[in-house]
Amino acid sequence: MLNLSIQSLSSHLEKKTFSSVELTQFYLERIKQYNPSLNAFISIDEAKSLSMAANADELITKGQKSALTGIPVAQKDIFCSQGWPTTCGSKMLKNFIAPYDAMVIEKFNEVGAVNIGKTNMDEFAMGSSNETSYFGPVKNPWDLDLVPGGSSGGSASAIAARLAPAATGTDTGGSIRQPASLCGFTGLKPTYGLVSRYGMIAFASSLDQAGPMAISAEDCALLMNVMSGHDKRDSTSIQRDKENYASKLNSPIKGLKIGIPREFFGEGLDSSVHNVIDSAIDEYKKLGAEIIEISLPNNHLAIPVYYVIAPAEASSNLSRYDGVRYGYRTKEYDDLMDMYFKTRQEGFGEEVKRRILIGTYVLSAGYYDAYYLKAQKIRRLISEDFTSAFKKCDVIMGPSAPSVAFNAGEKKEDPLAMYMQDIYTISTNLAGLPAMSIPAGFVSNLPVGLQLIGNHFSEAKLLNIAHSFQQNTDWHLESAKGFE
Amino acid sequence: MAIGKKDIEKIAYLARINISQEESKKLENKLIGIMSLIDKMQEVNTDNIEPMAHALDVSQPLREDEVIESDLRKNILPLAPETEECLFIVPQVIE
Repeated sequence: MLNLSIQSLSSHLEKKTFSSVELTQFYLERIKQYNPSLNAFISIDEAKSLSMAANADELITKGQKSALTGIPVAQKDIFCSQGWPTTCGSKMLKNFIAPYDAMVIEKFNEVGAVNIGKTNMDEFAMGSSNETSYFGPVKNPWDLDLVPGGSSGGSASAIAARLAPAATGTDTGGSIRQPASLCGFTGLKPTYGLVSRYGMIAFASSLDQAGPMAISAEDCALLMNVMSGHDKRDSTSIQRDKENYASKLNSPIKGLKIGIPREFFGEGLDSSVHNVIDSAIDEYKKLGAEIIEISLPNNHLAIPVYYVIAPAEASSNLSRYDGVRYGYRTKEYDDLMDMYFKTRQEGFGEEVKRRILIGTYVLSAGYYDAYYLKAQKIRRLISEDFTSAFKKCDVIMGPSAPSVAFNAGEKKEDPLAMYMQDIYTISTNLAGLPAMSIPAGFVSNLPVGLQLIGNHFSEAKLLNIAHSFQQNTDWHLESAKGFE
Repeated sequence: MAIGKKDIEKIAYLARINISQEESKKLENKLIGIMSLIDKMQEVNTDNIEPMAHALDVSQPLREDEVIESDLRKNILPLAPETEECLFIVPQVIE
């Protein structure tokens, strides 16, 4: 049951082996049982989920069913969901009940998917370990002493412990792929602009992108079919014909040209992770792929550039939290200024404040050219590296993260060490490229993710490449002990 | 360009965030570390390179300026920390 694909669950719903209400109850029970130890969910609303499931059952009876009808989906708490608390992992939004639905939520509602709960996350999606959440850290189901990765750590933990068959995440610098790697499942960050940011609480608007998190590439394809699409309410949403991401899953990959960037295998990569990635690439060779060595010479600049651009955009986006229109307001204050200062001191956590301050600094008079403009120029160099690489290969492969999951608390007080977690993921956000992480093996019983990076709008191809691997390996079906 | 106590005071003011003495000390070390990471950018020659603001280099689309939403006041006002009738209440600004 726990490893069934979305397609199998869906055909059971159709055949009425079980109803959506029963399926939803099954997962709600699992959440009740395991969430106290994992802290993967910030809010659960049984009545709401079950009423959505009952509606889905009606649709099924009426024959108005599509691929996701009646399927429980865990939603990252960054997506505004009407009538649900939407906290973004922050004290600032602790009591915020969204007055409208994000486009992503709207799309899932339209097809009759069931919202099974809102998942925990790093505060305002800033973090790589899910330790910055106001609602407490999330645990990794593979080992409760370890972090699940972040910022989509709650969704990651929920998928890994099979508390939901599917989840959503967002990825600004690696927040879908790094937790997918650390928790051992499949995650996709689409091309920038493919999934609408409407109603998705903003962190760094030129980088933020929502995507699916699930057991397999096939499941991710079905989720993408629902999530993607143009939305005029997001000015950066791409105008493009809707694609069927599941249509090419079974295309042959013989002759596929895989680019291996030497910069992804140098210093900083754990040697056991290196070995797992090598074996995964060997598997692709067996499937008929050709390996080409490539170079992304500016990749080492991705982290410095990101830590200018993302905080700069965040400092602007987060200026809206002023204690006036919604969100937290400090209790005692002398005047308006004092109210702003104390509200923001008390409402934001440490990491968020750090990033707002960095962002304010790099945008401030006298520093704009040296930092922000400079970062935007190097962003182009990083993007051009990929343009050159894709002239030689169809897909780029390497590790998703430099190591397996690490101990809670290990990097919390050392932002620089934490930032290095995203060394292989950030450059694709800067270039707006789609990328996936798929389970590729284990190091000391902890999962390792293989990253696949494609050219703009090559999601269907990436999913096909991932699916081929998953037809020939079982790594994605391994699940954490104690949660079977 | 090392960041110091004065800079932190200034940017905290610009960002409208109170920073206690204690926080400031801790923050200074961390910000120095982050800025030294960022300063790696300065080694790169970026003459004649166009800044990149959008990953796909597309321009902002235009749309008709139409009224598309009804009055949302009753949905939005209850979210505010303090309101009166149809107004957001803030500490007095004008004498």
